[in-house]
Amino acid sequence: ADIISTVEFNYTGDLLATGDKGGRVVIFQREQEAKSRPLSRGEYNVYSTFQSHEPEFDYLKSLEIEEKINKIRWLPQQNAAHFLLSTNDKTIKLWKISERDKRAEGYNLKDEDGRLREPFRVTELRVPTLKPMDLMVEASPRRTFANAHTYHINSISVNSDYATYLSADDLRINLWHLEVTNRSFNIVDIKPANMEELTEVITAAEFHPHQCNTFVYSSSKGTIRLCDMRSAALCDKHSKFFEEPEDPSSRSFFSEIISSISDVKFSHSGRYMMTRDYLSVKVWDLNMEKRPVETYQVHEYLRSKLCSLYENDCIFDKFECCWNGPDSTIMTGSYNNFFRTFERNTHRDTTLEASRESSKPRAILKPRKVCTTGKRKKDEITVDSLDFNKKILHTAWHPSENIIAVAATNNLYLFQEKMN
Amino acid sequence: MFVRGLKRKCFDGEEDIEGTLAGIKAIPSYNLQRQSLLDMSLVKLQLCHMLVEPNLCRSVLIANTVRQIQEEMTQDGTWQMINTQSTGQASLDRLVSTDILCRSSRDQAEGKHVPGYGTFNKDFESDQAQDSSETMSTASSVQAPRNLQSNVWEMENPQENKGNFQKSLDQIFETLENKSPNSVEDLFSEVDSSYYDLDTMLTGMMSNTKMGHCDSLETFSSPTNTASNSNCKSDLNDLDHIVEILVES
Repeated sequence: ADIISTVEFNYTGDLLATGDKGGRVVIFQREQEAKSRPLSRGEYNVYSTFQSHEPEFDYLKSLEIEEKINKIRWLPQQNAAHFLLSTNDKTIKLWKISERDKRAEGYNLKDEDGRLREPFRVTELRVPTLKPMDLMVEASPRRTFANAHTYHINSISVNSDYATYLSADDLRINLWHLEVTNRSFNIVDIKPANMEELTEVITAAEFHPHQCNTFVYSSSKGTIRLCDMRSAALCDKHSKFFEEPEDPSSRSFFSEIISSISDVKFSHSGRYMMTRDYLSVKVWDLNMEKRPVETYQVHEYLRSKLCSLYENDCIFDKFECCWNGPDSTIMTGSYNNFFRTFERNTHRDTTLEASRESSKPRAILKPRKVCTTGKRKKDEITVDSLDFNKKILHTAWHPSENIIAVAATNNLYLFQEKMN
Repeated sequence: MFVRGLKRKCFDGEEDIEGTLAGIKAIPSYNLQRQSLLDMSLVKLQLCHMLVEPNLCRSVLIANTVRQIQEEMTQDGTWQMINTQSTGQASLDRLVSTDILCRSSRDQAEGKHVPGYGTFNKDFESDQAQDSSETMSTASSVQAPRNLQSNVWEMENPQENKGNFQKSLDQIFETLENKSPNSVEDLFSEVDSSYYDLDTMLTGMMSNTKMGHCDSLETFSSPTNTASNSNCKSDLNDLDHIVEILVES
């Protein structure tokens, strides 16, 4: 199994899509409640697997284009089929996933195995009938949106109009219409005329969940810009600029790197947005640009280790974050296969581990704790014994229930709230 | 770790030698750490440069860190006057060592933190206007530790090209830029793939020649991304010539 690079629930939560480094997409479907198997409610089983992207070679630049799936975003369901957008560094594809559970039999011109019938054998006309067959899930690419990005795509976001979507790379953001593949509009361009002057890149972008004219993008300098597409065709001038002033007492050579935002997510309500930087998660009120309204420390004990983390490149890890359905809890990942949840109202935080050893199926997860002082208590883990190769970068929360998906390297874990 | 504003001892003439010695030991430690961070960053940038698909965000962040260190070093007055040219066979540590810009004596005089510190630098600079009165007053008191300090400076600052630092940073971005559609890049990819060889890199071949190399790139770069075939051909010939030089050096 390959390293999972993205995880995303669809709008109802019945489907869960994962993308991996090998360009494959695996979709899981939630089992329907059945009286005969009461415990199976909530289980997700493989629904469809397909190869979304293949490795490519850019002959112009003599560079290989990785097939790794950077992001998957579902479209809201409008008919029996499901649609999702998946992207690698350069190309976005729209996939249609449809079910086939009936088959037509009794053709006039061909046999059951597909061979053409001899004309003289056709002695009568008959109407083909539909017969049930084993469920087959087919994935077919419906659109390919290519050649619009010079730099690596880091985000895609479907607009609330369900007709357009944006794609963002390091320096530009493009607006697409889902039906049009040969044209996209550039709405943000931060590429300097002279590349030597480049000091800031775009790290993530997202459309507002309700306002189809509004989107935000985050930068490597820890800033977020909110743009209104009604104000200008090219949204280089932001409508709002969110930045927390730096704390001069904690300034170091790594200040900028750890302030770089790796993910930005609007709340479901559309009133707040959440940003993830290296050490913390911040919740911003869209009406207040000066500073976040809430800040949660994910793994503050790493602050004294920044030099080592810079050396082994872990400081550049891009962690994602997510909201639960009611926007009352936020979740993000950490190292050693730990992930953290923060309850906004009670300010309670939990650290859990996603690993085979520490969780048996149906067992309740035990909260974990990292020891930050000298004395290590039982069951605590010291900072030095954390495994920095086991990182949880991608997590997702079911849109309405307390079911979470956690990607730990090449394993996918699904946890749900215990029902009594 | 690198908390900025590490307290440094202030020298004045009355301080005893031992105190001064202890203070000096604290300073190189911070400087050594900063220098090693700088070296590490440059190695990372060079390796970025060598990767097939450089991660632009990472490169930008590392480059900004390098700039920040450079700015602090120039403010602190830890500049070095380096005259010797690096040879074609420069070793890896020369490759990664930085060149610190020289500053005018105005900045020197303003160096509040460690006036004595600034004095050591003056010894190593030959073309800076010296504030002789300042030198005189502190010279005698720091006579003994100076040798220690000078040894440290030699250790930290192997020979480099003067003023190369900013150029290296710019070159890195230029070359990153050249990864994007550019007629020059087309030509380049055909010309010499060993340019992107890590081994070639590490033997230091590129460090010395890259500057001239990138300068020539400037003349070749065209504003549009489509170049006619005839342009390509003549450019190819010129580039062949340059590559010959690169290979021979």
